[in-house]
Amino acid sequence: MSILTRLVQNEMLKLWNKKRFFVILFILIALIPIFSYAELKIAQNNAAKFADWRQEVLQQITDLQNTLSSDRIPEEWKRNKRIAVQQLQYYLDHDINPSVPNGVTFTRTFLDNSASLFLPLLILSLGSDIVSGERTQGTMKSLLARPVRRWKLLTSKLIALLLYVSLTIMATVILCYSISGLFFGYEGWQMPVVTGFKLSGAEIDTSGAHSVPQWLFITMQAGLVWYSSLCVALLAFMVSVLVRSTAASIVTMMSVIVAGTILSNMSSSWSGVKYLFSVNLKLTDYLQGSSPPIDGMTFPFSLILLAVWGLAALAISFGTFTKQDILH
Amino acid sequence: MKHGHAADKVKVLSVTGLEKRIRGKAIVQDVSFDITPGEIFGFLGPNGAGKTTTIRMLVGLIKPTSGSVKIGGFDVQRDFERALSQVGCIVENPEAYPYLSGWDNLQYAARMLQGVDESRIREVVALVKLEERIHDKVKTYSLGVRQRLGIAQALLGKPKLLILDEPTNGLDPKGIKELRQFISSLAEQGMSVFISSHLLSEVQQLCDRVAILYRGRMLAIGSVEELLGGNGKERVVWQLDRPEEAKKLLGETGGVELLDRDGAGSLEEIAAGRSNILVARMNAEHIPETVKRLVDAGISVHAVHTAPPALEELFLQMTEGE
Repeated sequence: MSILTRLVQNEMLKLWNKKRFFVILFILIALIPIFSYAELKIAQNNAAKFADWRQEVLQQITDLQNTLSSDRIPEEWKRNKRIAVQQLQYYLDHDINPSVPNGVTFTRTFLDNSASLFLPLLILSLGSDIVSGERTQGTMKSLLARPVRRWKLLTSKLIALLLYVSLTIMATVILCYSISGLFFGYEGWQMPVVTGFKLSGAEIDTSGAHSVPQWLFITMQAGLVWYSSLCVALLAFMVSVLVRSTAASIVTMMSVIVAGTILSNMSSSWSGVKYLFSVNLKLTDYLQGSSPPIDGMTFPFSLILLAVWGLAALAISFGTFTKQDILH
Repeated sequence: MKHGHAADKVKVLSVTGLEKRIRGKAIVQDVSFDITPGEIFGFLGPNGAGKTTTIRMLVGLIKPTSGSVKIGGFDVQRDFERALSQVGCIVENPEAYPYLSGWDNLQYAARMLQGVDESRIREVVALVKLEERIHDKVKTYSLGVRQRLGIAQALLGKPKLLILDEPTNGLDPKGIKELRQFISSLAEQGMSVFISSHLLSEVQQLCDRVAILYRGRMLAIGSVEELLGGNGKERVVWQLDRPEEAKKLLGETGGVELLDRDGAGSLEEIAAGRSNILVARMNAEHIPETVKRLVDAGISVHAVHTAPPALEELFLQMTEGE
């Protein structure tokens, strides 16, 4: 076995024995039934009110149009709602039910909603102490005073972290599906989901819209969530290298991520915010075709921006770690 | 300093002109020394003298501002992996992962080295007598047990040089004694040992040579005898009744210097709390006549013996007035 493989093995061992991953699994197992139950209640309510799903969608469209006619709603919100109306209309025109409650749909919705805040937090719990923890514990000295170059050590930590991030996303999908399936049944893989809406200004272009089976949609979604999680992991990794204490490391990253969520909700008029990585984490939105939180954000823009942040974090991590004096 | 390869070959550790400045302030300056195979080298100095900074430079944790460290002939800065594969070290406290067992910690350490198999791990566990506790989690270990685990980890790769930073810190007297015996036995097998300490008496019996560091500079280097010898005077311990009178009388005698008991007495004496002991620095030839004078004055002398002078004295002398 090469030295790098053995080092990765060491890092995996430490992460496993720190039991963080078990905490993540526990959180998922505790939360998913609660959300599933809430979804189930909504589905039952709707089923009682509407005999047919078309009626339900029509009702939704009417509701949206009512709010659109109100003067008190800001223009950006109206744009969002107009897009939603057009999407619902598209589903209606093509005779596709947008919200059949089943295990796969639940998983899709869960992934969509967890991409910007919930999953990043889980990843922070894994990555924030991966380097700073060694300092806090005092094991950094014995880790570095060994015949292994520092860049190899850091690479092994990085690989272990990325493996655990991938594992976390896999676990989220698997647990979502298997737990919510108990409530809604396990069907829905072939159900059509419409994607490919193009936004041009305030209007939505449905010419490119087409339906894909839900399994394909969920795979694409998981891929995008993985991509944005990777970026969060790399940044958490960098902060962990730069900051001495684990607590400081977690707080720094958490505030940036929460700030991103807040900013994307309120500052659609200040377009400079779009360069903040945490505003760009909801890549799955582009798949749904909902309007981006800030003007000028497009799918390629977000992808490239996250890559730039991630690579910069990587460069800073390695640059710092390989040169730094271990004084404490 | 010789730089030839042949000269380096016999030196396990060769430190030349080591200096570290942090924000312009010199923490360590002009430190040079060599360690030969099988030698026990003491690195002494008060807290804050720069011992730990020096040790960290030895193992590559801190990059020196100037100067070089060669381990087994390999430069730590330029040939890190080959240099470090010849050292085992405990820097400051023996830290291990608390959520892993001692055995897992050793396996973990073994994976960072080349060619350490399970039989070698068992060997070092036996060497530090840790067989009973090795499968317990490290968080249940006492400091003494953690220390032994740390030494086991340091010895895994069969290093030529063992570096221990304040190894006696936090150990009870029995533990200290065991540690000394253990270090001596390692040196007998040809391993070089580098020990730092701020308690000079801890290492003076153990070390072949010592260096004294003060405010980042080396004050002296040499064998303990070399550093202590010179004025022909020895430390003489007097056990007698009526110490107050004896003190007065000895104080009046020419060539006798009474020493402050603090730090000068041996551990055993202090432990016994005997107050009828006086320690003087004097020429051993003058003992018989001094005994006679004391007896003439009506003071009974129970015992007189010469004790090797403590490095503390030397150390205090050297740093006097600074």
